Amino acid sequence: MTRRPVIQLDRLSKTYGSGETLVHAVRGVDLTVERGDYLAIMGASGSGKSTLMNIIGCLDESTRGRYLLDGVDVQGLDGHQLAVIRNRKIGFIFQSFNLIPRTRAVDNVALPLAYAKVRGSERTPRALAALEAVGLSDRAAHFPNQLSGGQQQRVAVARAIVTEPVLLLADEPTGALDSRASAEVLALFDRLNADGRTVVVITHETEVAQHAKRVIRMRDGEIVDDIRQARLGGAPPRHGVPVEELARAHSV
Amino acid sequence: MNVLGSLRFAVRGISANKLRSMLTTLGILIGVAAVIVLLSVGTGSSAAVKKSISALGTTTLTINRSAGGNGRAGTVGGAGGFAARLGGGAAGRGGAATSSTSGTRSRSTNLTVADAASLLNSTSAPDVADVAPVETAASVTAAYTGVTHTVGSFVGSTPSYLTINNDTVQYGTSFTDNDYTGREQVAVIGATVAQDLFGVSSSAVGQTVQFNGKNFVVRGVLTAKGSTGFIDQDDLVVAPLTTVQDEFTGVAASLSSVIVEARSAGVITTAQNEIYSVLDARHKVTAATRDYTVQNPASIVATATSSTKTLTVLLGAVAAISLLVGGIGVMNIMLVTVTERTREIGIRKAIGAGRGDIVVQFIAEAVLLSVIGALAGVAIGLIGSRFRIVGVQPVVAPWSVFLAFGVAVAVGLFFGIYPANRAAALKPIDALRYE
Repeated sequence: MTRRPVIQLDRLSKTYGSGETLVHAVRGVDLTVERGDYLAIMGASGSGKSTLMNIIGCLDESTRGRYLLDGVDVQGLDGHQLAVIRNRKIGFIFQSFNLIPRTRAVDNVALPLAYAKVRGSERTPRALAALEAVGLSDRAAHFPNQLSGGQQQRVAVARAIVTEPVLLLADEPTGALDSRASAEVLALFDRLNADGRTVVVITHETEVAQHAKRVIRMRDGEIVDDIRQARLGGAPPRHGVPVEELARAHSV
Repeated sequence: MNVLGSLRFAVRGISANKLRSMLTTLGILIGVAAVIVLLSVGTGSSAAVKKSISALGTTTLTINRSAGGNGRAGTVGGAGGFAARLGGGAAGRGGAATSSTSGTRSRSTNLTVADAASLLNSTSAPDVADVAPVETAASVTAAYTGVTHTVGSFVGSTPSYLTINNDTVQYGTSFTDNDYTGREQVAVIGATVAQDLFGVSSSAVGQTVQFNGKNFVVRGVLTAKGSTGFIDQDDLVVAPLTTVQDEFTGVAASLSSVIVEARSAGVITTAQNEIYSVLDARHKVTAATRDYTVQNPASIVATATSSTKTLTVLLGAVAAISLLVGGIGVMNIMLVTVTERTREIGIRKAIGAGRGDIVVQFIAEAVLLSVIGALAGVAIGLIGSRFRIVGVQPVVAPWSVFLAFGVAVAVGLFFGIYPANRAAALKPIDALRYE
């Protein structure tokens, strides 16, 4: 079986408005992300990286060009099909955690399974396994407001991986965390990638980008830089570095 | 997402803002309770009216003279039929009006004692059990040792009058057929008259009372029947017809009415038709030119039932409006909830919630709100219907409870659909950006 790329963008463009107020958020981007890669998309605000991430995450649609996610052309899919794609193929991690309030950690993690129509008896064990994977099995019954920021983000990671998606998509995952919690979350990403998961991180912090195998920079809607920091088949560059050291680097 | 999961989220959503949820359910609660209580008041008053009408006797037919054509005759007869027993004054006035118009009519025939007697015929009217001619005297004042009382209904009749009307004598005796033929100045008085004149009903027996200055001996006091809500049934004096004609109304005039008792409630319509054939022959009239009417209690019941039905519908409509207002309250709060939880909707959509999942979640919440309100409303409504309300003992109709509950849930469903669809239609990207 040929290993098809997880993401394949072909002359992808996104414009907002029309006439004089026409804004080119993304201008004809070509990008291929292979399975198992760890990609950081960097850029200042307004560079188009958030728009690109929304399109990759099937939350927004491109104006022109083609986007294949895991070999599926997502252009022209209706709302329901997109919901299924987001559910099965993508795991989202947001800057502000975005856990459902007043809902226990384990229920938050099990939620995507519920939307995937997984049997009720199967959901809890899988959700607990995902929490175990992020080292929070002892916090399963806690509510989001009883967890620290780092813990909440790790619950969010557990929720992202519980459906075994082909792509983990993280938008500024450390943006709301202190250096220690940031280091923990980044170490978690390293481990997930080392286990073979494809990770795409949108960030403006170089400390975060140092963890990726490949870094692209965007400016004015175009890719201006594409650096490979580590071999596709190997471990991510900072995998195995103790959390304390990562935290120190992050706090600089 | 299964139903149970949706319900769990609905419970969570509702308990997140307890005061607000409580106030919203209050709207539904008041609506449901109002529907149950008001409908049961309607049912209760209808039952009360039916009961008081059946107290008049469901086997009793009343024959009245009528002045004109059928249309008018119907209404005059209707009022007279009611009034013959309940208010002699009204019937008396009706009688007076009739005699004043009789002069202009070529073929007006008086209702006579002979007419009444002709109905007691086992061959031509086999279903007639008893007949009593009735003459009422208007504005009679009773006096006893300086105490006066204006009699509501002063009736001249035969002893049959009391049995046909289910009147029983509590103290003393009734007057007799001998009193009738002997034109004796004796009377039987109602409980209200006795109370007013004597204070103690039992002490009235054997006393002499002046009716418009004429001496009558009280033979007996009737058992109290109570009020029908319109007229005091016990404000009554019954004396022999012959005496009343002698002393008050004169012999030449027509009778006010004739009351007829059918053998049973089942043959009342047959009895009515027999009366028609006997009297039509005597008066030489046809159904079209008939100069009298026969009031069937079934038609009184029908009229009363239709009027209380109108009342019930009216009360129900008022309650339904308050239920509707409650439903709008649910919709209002659901719209607020959707706005408040836009971000949550965005998260859910990002992790794979479909349109249907979001719709079901918010409709479940709206329906749960209205179900809670409806259950509490049913409880309050059932408690409220145990008390007397404006003199009516409410009777809870089981269907009204189910109706109120069902409508409340349907209202929640209906008013939940719009906010739920608004939530589901949100684009995930916009919902996630919402602050």
